Amino acid sequence: MAKRAAPEVNAGSMADIAFLLLIFFLVTTTIPKDSGLNRKLPPMEENDEDVVIKQKNIFEVLINGKDQLLIENEIAELKDVRSLAIAFLDNNGDGSCNYCQGARDIKSSDNPDKAIISLKNERETSYATYISVQNELVAAYNELRNIRAIQVGPQRGFKGMNFVEMEAAYKDPKFNGNKDKLKEVIDQIRDEYPEKLSEVQ
Amino acid sequence: MSKFKNKKDDSLPAVNTASLPDIVFMLLFFFMVVTVMREDTLMIENRLPLADQVEKLDKKNPISYIYMGKPARGYEKFGTEARLQLNDKFAQISEVQAFINAERAALREELIPYLTVSLKVDREANMGIVGDVKQELRKANALKINYTTGTGDVMDNMDN
Repeated sequence: MAKRAAPEVNAGSMADIAFLLLIFFLVTTTIPKDSGLNRKLPPMEENDEDVVIKQKNIFEVLINGKDQLLIENEIAELKDVRSLAIAFLDNNGDGSCNYCQGARDIKSSDNPDKAIISLKNERETSYATYISVQNELVAAYNELRNIRAIQVGPQRGFKGMNFVEMEAAYKDPKFNGNKDKLKEVIDQIRDEYPEKLSEVQ
Repeated sequence: MSKFKNKKDDSLPAVNTASLPDIVFMLLFFFMVVTVMREDTLMIENRLPLADQVEKLDKKNPISYIYMGKPARGYEKFGTEARLQLNDKFAQISEVQAFINAERAALREELIPYLTVSLKVDREANMGIVGDVKQELRKANALKINYTTGTGDVMDNMDN
């Protein structure tokens, strides 16, 4: 009897397996997105008109070369930055801000629109400290805006959303709500707590 | 006669698909090998600081990357102070404007105002160099910047 060859394995489905793998990799490889703190630099043109700002409306943050913080001429720790900034922004010294809950200290800022945070650093300041302080200041604004969003949102049909969520929803193409209305709410809150952060060179 | 009849009937033999998996595997491996996230080869240390109030960097808009940090291992001859890296090589502060202009030249005109500059700065770098770069960016009128950070608690930045 002639030697019979072993029956060939059916390789027809191999392609399907490979395709399955290929599609799996195509779908699952998500490129890690960068994230960070967005800032806008002031334009180069110097406007010569001196704007007079009352000292009480400026919240001075100084970072020295040894990464120590001086806030309103007092030594502070990083963990205090946020609460100090919130107290300053939400102070409402002249009573013109009807949504603020601050202490209404006449020695502190008049209203959130006038309150300016001034950040000054030295050349030797480490980048990590600088970013940490920036982060805390952004957090202060976000916290105030979140509180405001929870107050304003329900009347405008965005119940239970804080400001950060509103912004995320606005950017999300899959959000199926009224985007124009959402934009209005976001802009209103942005106007109520404008981000006025100036950096001294 | 019936002996030959069978052979005449199946005149159209099926195409041999045995090599199809090989082709697909070749494709698979090609994609697996080739898909490298296009990023510059870093010649500096680049441990980004952490922050938790971060916003996603929108990939829809054009992004240029500027790296800063002290030279990595193997590049010690460039010193231990933080240096600036543009594209794949060390650069001077004065080259920032030219870099931004080159990046702009590569863009479609309508996208130019949306160019965001992502600053990837090592956490141990000091603010001197960052301030200088920011000043150059202002001169180049590239005002949208992003301090690219990792996501985490800022308190961890302090104890390196």
